[in-house]
Amino acid sequence: MKLLVAVKRVVDYNVKVRVKSDKSGVETAGVKMSMNPFDEIAVEEAVRLKEKGVATEIVAVSIGVTQAQETIRTALAMGADRGVLVETDVAVEPLAVAKLLKALAEKEGADIVVLGKQAIDDDMNATGQMLAALLGWPQGTFASKVEIADGTATVTREVDGGLETVALALPAVITADLRLNEPRYASLPNIMKARKKAIDVVKPADLGVDVTPRLTTVSVSEPPARKAGIKVPDVATLIEKLRNEAKVI
Amino acid sequence: MTALVVIDFDASGIKQPARSAIAAATKLGGEVHGLVIGSGVGAIAEAAAKIPGLSKVLVADAPGYAHELAEPVAALLVALAPGYSHILQAATAAGKNALPRAAALLDVQVISDISGVVDADTFVRPIYAGNALATVKSADAKKVLTVRASSFDPVPAEGGSAAIEAVSVAPVEGKSKYLGSELSKSERPELTAAKIIISGGRGMQNGENFTKLLDPIADKLGAAVGASRAAVDAGFVPNDYQVGQTGKIVAPELYIAVGISGAIQHLAGMKDSKVIVAINKDEDAPIFQVADYGLVGDLFNILPELEKA
Repeated sequence: MKLLVAVKRVVDYNVKVRVKSDKSGVETAGVKMSMNPFDEIAVEEAVRLKEKGVATEIVAVSIGVTQAQETIRTALAMGADRGVLVETDVAVEPLAVAKLLKALAEKEGADIVVLGKQAIDDDMNATGQMLAALLGWPQGTFASKVEIADGTATVTREVDGGLETVALALPAVITADLRLNEPRYASLPNIMKARKKAIDVVKPADLGVDVTPRLTTVSVSEPPARKAGIKVPDVATLIEKLRNEAKVI
Repeated sequence: MTALVVIDFDASGIKQPARSAIAAATKLGGEVHGLVIGSGVGAIAEAAAKIPGLSKVLVADAPGYAHELAEPVAALLVALAPGYSHILQAATAAGKNALPRAAALLDVQVISDISGVVDADTFVRPIYAGNALATVKSADAKKVLTVRASSFDPVPAEGGSAAIEAVSVAPVEGKSKYLGSELSKSERPELTAAKIIISGGRGMQNGENFTKLLDPIADKLGAAVGASRAAVDAGFVPNDYQVGQTGKIVAPELYIAVGISGAIQHLAGMKDSKVIVAINKDEDAPIFQVADYGLVGDLFNILPELEKA
């Protein structure tokens, strides 16, 4: 069984982002970048499925600028077998990413595509669902547990009121929630080995996909700042303030 | 221009986020229709018809629509799409699951978690865990949107009288099957609709302390209980308690953060609350930078005092 895992290079989750003064976007020059945390979980799950003997090959795919190769290398160091970079300078939207991943999933003959449930930069939470739609495959989104057996993926999903379990006929798309697993750290020997693994570079046009964005960013602004608050010395003062000043209790 | 809003509901009725999504839809300036999808949902449809702002309620009632599986729901939205310029749903787990699928089938880019409506094509949405607000204009003929419920005051539950109309589309047979649910039981208000929320973090040390120290205060205040990711990961409380970028986004009147340091990802879920109170023994904790009232001290001394007060 072949797995495709999609990874995105994003501003590191610990970075406090700054909006550019011309309001065109968020400052990314000179900012630490790393693999989207949800995608690390997706890679880890794919590697675990290979270790269990369910998967035979894992192809890590990233779409974006040349430097996204580093993100693919990270996935290779975690245990993916080879990589594909779809190189483009266009800020690709989930719909375009889904179309590119569809083309690759079909070309590679993938049985399962694993993605993170959302990227922490655009916070869209859409690519996996859009990919499943385009492929006509079932989807197991926000997965916290995945079991594969007899051509079926049994996925436990994190929903608003708790957990829900669904059975998906393979091939299927699965998006990883935070609690699916604890991603491993790549060891130095594995990082060295990953350097020898192949990364194919293709262009969106090679896959016959138009990546023109549908959304235009009119502006990006800072959210309204909260006014600095005060420290209160004790519970009695806190209660008094909440009752008489803020009037919320 | 007509908007279609998918109504979220559960066993206890229509959820408040659905009424926030309707509020967002009314800002588009056209007619607004509601859509109730499920199995045996006659009572829900009647309740939806009473929501002011809706001129029509469509009801897709069939066993195949039970459990909100993404495949039949998305196919239904695609079938209804020709009559609508906008399709919306609150950014609940169900909305986030089905609407992007429908958008892809319609070949449009979904716009997730909108927090503002500028005009019929232009929307505001938070990015980077709420640290920036992007205003985006869609070039797509049809807009598919999920709505950040905490950013729109819900329309009232009563006062309207919309016509109810059954949808004749038969549910498609998908490749996924619902097996079962494990839902958390709670007598308290739902997290996303609560006026007051008291949340615990890693500082709570264990799940018993949630029950022993936070629950009595929540009961007294009529509050919901939330948690940080650290508290969920440590197994103190179930994951549907989680407030944050990857959990629930809330904006209550009062948010009390107890033993929560205030990581970017947690702030993303609660910093639009009207009043924030932080109780933490570390006076340098980032949570104090957003708190209106901060109390530095040991939560194990403070909480019992708070309960008595």
